[in-house]
Amino acid sequence: MSGPTTRMRSALGRVRHHGASGEGTGHFIAIRWTSIALALLAPWFVVSASLAIRDGGYLATIDFLSDPFNAVGVILLVIASLYHMSLGMQEVILDYIHRPFTKVALLLINAGVPLVLGAGAVFAVLSLNFGV
Amino acid sequence: MAGAPRPEDRPISPHLSVWRWHATMASSILHRFSGIGLYGAAILFSFWLMAAAAGQETYAQIAPHFTTWYGQTVLYLIVAALAYHLANGIRHLVFDTGMGLTPTDADTSAWFAILFAIAAPIGLWALLSFGA
Repeated sequence: MSGPTTRMRSALGRVRHHGASGEGTGHFIAIRWTSIALALLAPWFVVSASLAIRDGGYLATIDFLSDPFNAVGVILLVIASLYHMSLGMQEVILDYIHRPFTKVALLLINAGVPLVLGAGAVFAVLSLNFGV
Repeated sequence: MAGAPRPEDRPISPHLSVWRWHATMASSILHRFSGIGLYGAAILFSFWLMAAAAGQETYAQIAPHFTTWYGQTVLYLIVAALAYHLANGIRHLVFDTGMGLTPTDADTSAWFAILFAIAAPIGLWALLSFGA
């Protein structure tokens, strides 16, 4: 076998497509941009929704979600928070769950649940505003 | 390599039990803990939106829980977890720039995040009770 000094392939060429997941820094960057979005959206929602809705009544809730500004904010909050939490939980699962079957099963659930909830929640806000 | 430590003698991941408890360690554990809690909160948040869109009868099944002692406790804990995860998340975004990493700075900011988590839900409660 030839040693590293006589090898024709560059260091980059040898490591390409051999990473742990093949996605590089995508996960790190996605966690960061969603966290910046959430640092703005989450406090806005908590303060404005609790001031507007107070006791959690139906009419106050519909009123709050029918405002176009609030509806767009809530949809963005749903997308950013569900994506962010899925990325975060993925990290937790990879850190603590080592049995292959359990790990893959949990990763699939962690990918699917936020997607289903997100579709349902976004559809809910849209149908509140445009539905019958 | 004579004299090199055998793999099993190498220093391994810092086990929690051998470390004196300090603020930066607590802040790291609390970040995961609050993140996992907020995963549940986001699921409840999605169900809340879908219940609102489903109509008054469906919403009436979940609305009474908001004003009970356990509903209020859960909401209070969600606000505390969110406040903590927000403050500590911003702390980590600052860390990403390379700032605030000296032991003294990291300790101070960890305490700030913990105190913010205590103060924020009290502040929101005060705003709802006495303000606006």
